[in-house]
Parts: sequence; structure tokens; C-alpha cells
Amino acid sequence: MSEQSFLDHSHQRGFLECQIGSLLAALEHASRAERLAQAPGLLQRFDPRVRLIAMLVLIGLVVSTHSLTTLYGLLAAAALMAFVSRVPLTILARGIWLNVLLFTGALALPAIFLVPGDSVFHVPLLGWAMTMQGLESAAFLVGRALTAATFAGLTILATPWPHLLKALRTLGVPAVMVVILCMTYRYIFLLLQSALDMFEARRSRQVGRLTGAEKRHMLVANAGVLLSKSLHLADEVYLAMQSRGYRGEQHALLEFRMAPLDWTALAVLLAITSVAFRFQAWGLG
Amino acid sequence: MTVPAFELRDVEYRYQGVIALAGLSLVIPQGKRVVLLGANGSGKSTLLRLLDALYFPAAGQVLAFGEALDARRMANEDACFAFRRRVGFVFQNPDMQLFNASVFDELAFGPLQLHWPAERIRQQVETTLESMGLAHLRNRAPHRLSGGEKKRVALASVLILDPEVLLLDEPTASLDPESESQLIDTLIDWGGGAKTIVMATHDLDIVEDVADICVVMQQGRVIAQGTPGEILGDEELLGRTGLIHAHRHRHSHSGGAAHRHHHLHHGTRSTMPGATSKLVWRPLPRRKPEDA
Repeated sequence: MSEQSFLDHSHQRGFLECQIGSLLAALEHASRAERLAQAPGLLQRFDPRVRLIAMLVLIGLVVSTHSLTTLYGLLAAAALMAFVSRVPLTILARGIWLNVLLFTGALALPAIFLVPGDSVFHVPLLGWAMTMQGLESAAFLVGRALTAATFAGLTILATPWPHLLKALRTLGVPAVMVVILCMTYRYIFLLLQSALDMFEARRSRQVGRLTGAEKRHMLVANAGVLLSKSLHLADEVYLAMQSRGYRGEQHALLEFRMAPLDWTALAVLLAITSVAFRFQAWGLG
Repeated sequence: MTVPAFELRDVEYRYQGVIALAGLSLVIPQGKRVVLLGANGSGKSTLLRLLDALYFPAAGQVLAFGEALDARRMANEDACFAFRRRVGFVFQNPDMQLFNASVFDELAFGPLQLHWPAERIRQQVETTLESMGLAHLRNRAPHRLSGGEKKRVALASVLILDPEVLLLDEPTASLDPESESQLIDTLIDWGGGAKTIVMATHDLDIVEDVADICVVMQQGRVIAQGTPGEILGDEELLGRTGLIHAHRHRHSHSGGAAHRHHHLHHGTRSTMPGATSKLVWRPLPRRKPEDA
């Protein structure tokens, strides 16, 4: 049994086990996302810039459409895209859909009763009237959030983070921002590993349970040590950068190349967007 | 006569008042492989950082290729780029050196800073990845690399610039024997053996393989200098500087009797002249209470 599963199934999870479990879960999540991004799926074949642009265009379409058919059609298309890109729907369901439904559902629920319109149902005892217009508003709110989050999540899951960050340069994001984000992505794992090592070292020497004050003291002490380590790391990294010619200017190399498949994808995207807007203009959606 | 790669004259360096280098003088000729030997805290890493113009001495002078290496020279962009192009530094901890999000970006970083054209960078990165056997790691994030892979990527990220001088800080630290062997082979083959290497280590097992000159340091000073044979043959010197230690162990050929003496060997490599067999370590059996 792996340490992760041991921690998950332990009935008496102590404070340290909880911290270690959270850190391991974060590392495992990142590792799974990287594996998905490297999977031989359809979305993974496209240039990261195309993926990023497609995501933004489709989210724009989702936000601007006034058609429930178009909206939920796009959601179905996103689910289909996840399937052919080897992104398990369970990951989308647990990681995105459930959270979005809970959050936007809570926001949309009052609208069902508060928006005036044709009554379709009365809640027994309370007598609240559920209106058609209210249901439509709620469906739009939930559908937009769900579809936009699915497109965003899918793009992130199917694209290695470094590529996604570099693709931001295409949108005019300054090189300094891209470099900072890349370095953050690089070192967050080192600090996570350091935190994990510290908690495990502590657990290996701990006998008995910690009091609340001891837990707080330990957390603060660990945070202090991590901060100190990250400052030292920053100094050393800066020296390593200087050593290879860094003089304060940021440069980034885009190694992406557009293939015929990418141009085709962009053309299809353009066609879908035009048709969707045309349908909307004709009031067919 | 060729100008030395580096010349240090009475160099002093302090970390917040604590002396790290105390009046150190040293000449590092071009085309030679120099190994800096010394126990922890002897000043090896500080010396390497001075040679790479990351630190500047509090007193004394450092010359690189016959010119003073100081903050004023490095403030000039052209001089700085020229120096960085000629001297590469591989840090002890590869996590400090691998600060990019992928192996490709890591190799491209140095050439990008030196304003190489994009197409040349792409070509050179691919060539270097191929020649160092790292092509399969091209898009891998550094945190997904093993210790040996990290060291090789760190080395590749410096070798891509094809420097004239390579500075290495404990390159074999925490490497498994196979990774260590690969790294040493790469260093031996690099530049056809004609380039300058300055390597800090306290791993005596690799010295004869990679060094033309050994420099022994203690408390921020050079206390001895010579060929690997001269230095490794001086057990008194090595013992005094903490480079070898005496410990109890059992030899298979000595009838099983445990005894205590100094050892040059710490792994599977043999450094004894004429030795052909590898050392095989057998752990001492745990002593029973009645033996005490």
C-alpha cells in the first residue's frame, strides 16, 4: 500500500499526517496533470498557442451566447474533446463540474424563485413559485460557468504548464511575467518537497499527540524555515543566472511551430464561431 | 608563453566577517585540469565563485586570461558577455542551477542571454541534448529528473556555450556510481581533453581520472600543490587536511581480523597505482556484548 493510500485510509489521522497527506496530494495532482498533458490525445497534438487561443475564443462564445442549445452543445463538445484527448471525464467531474455546480448552483438557486415569469411549479408548504424565466436564468448561469470552466480546465490538463505559460507570450504577456511564472512553477515543487521532508522528519521523531499550541508552534517554525530556505534559494538561483550571462533582461524562446493540423484547427474554430454567431443572429439558437 | 586562465594574488574573502579565503595565491594554467581538494569549509566553493566573477575579493587580485577580474570589468556588458562565454560554472546543487520549467529552456537560457540568434539556439540545444544523451528528456520539467539526470542537464546547460574553462563544484556529490562514471567520462572527453577544468571535490576516487594538477586547500589557503601521484601519495598531508580518515574494517585477504588504518578509497574505483581489481566492502559484523 502506498503512503498516500495509507494516509487516506487511516482512521486516526493526526495533524502531521494531515499535512503530509495534503502535500502528497498536491504532488500527486501535479504529477497526474503532467501525465495527461503528455498523453497521445487529440488536443495534445495541437500547438499550445492554438489551444490557448481556442480556449479564449470558445469561452468568449460561451459568455456571449444567448442560446441554451448552443451553450449545452458546447458543453457536450468539450466533454467529447476531453474523451478524444484521453482526459478522463471523472477528473473533469470531480475536479471541475462538482465544484462549479456547488458554487454556481448556490448562486443560481434563488433566481429560480425570484425572477418573475410564468409559474411552472409551487414548492409545497412554502408556496414559492418556480418560474420558467427563473429556470432559464439559472440554466444560463450554471451552463456558462460549467462550460467555460470545462474549456479552461481541459486546456490546462492537456497542455504542459511550461508550454501554456510560454504560449501566453503570443497574447502579448511580457517576457518577465512569463519567466516569473515559469520559475514559480519550477520551484513550488522543490519547496513542497522540502516541506514534505520536514514534516516526515518531524513525524519520525514524534512520540505522542501534539497539543493545539504545539501544532501552531510547529507550523510557524516550519513556515519560518521554509521562508529562510526560499530566500537562500533565491540568492543561489540569482548567482546561477548571473553565471550564465543574465544581466536583468528577460528573454524567452518560443520553440513552437505551426503545423498544417494547427491551421486546420484554427479554421474549424473560426467556422464554429461564425456559425454559432450566425445562428444567434437569426434567432435559431 | 601562454597567459594563465586564472591568477590569484593574495586574495581574501569574508562572509559577514568570517574569513573564507585568507591570502590565497594560485595560478591555473590554460588547458590543464585542476582539482581543488579540501575538507568542508576549506574555501573551495568560495574560490570557484570568485573565479566565476560571482563574488569579488575583499583584498588581493584575481586575473582572468591576463586581465583583472573585478566588478568594474563585469559591469561592462561586452566584457561580461565575453567572460561568460569563456567560463562556465556548474553549481554543486543542480536544483539551484536548473531554474527553468523544462530541460529545453534550461539549455536555451545561456545562449538567449548572450543574444544568439533563435535558429542557432534551437540547433545548438538539439545538438547538445543529442550528444549528452538527454534528447528523451527534452520537455521534462527539472523536478521530474533523477539526481544523475539533473547533474547532466546542469552540465549540458553550461557546455552548450562551449566555454574555454569549466568550473565544477562537487560534481559527483550524491551521485550513484553509474551516474558518477558517466559524468567523469563526459568531462574527460570534453573538448578533446584540451580545455581548462577547475573542479572542487573531496572525492579522492576521481582525482587520478580527471586531474593534471591537485591543489590542496585548508582554512582558505593553498597548503600544497602537485601532480595527483604526489598529492595522493602523501598520506600525512591527506590525513592532516581531513581528506582521508582511519576506520576499522575487515579485509577478506587478512584472515578476517579487523584493523584500523587510513584509506584513499571510498567507493568502487581504485586509485592505487597498478591496482586492477575493484574494492569490495564487507560490513563489520555487529559486536556482541560478550566481545566488549
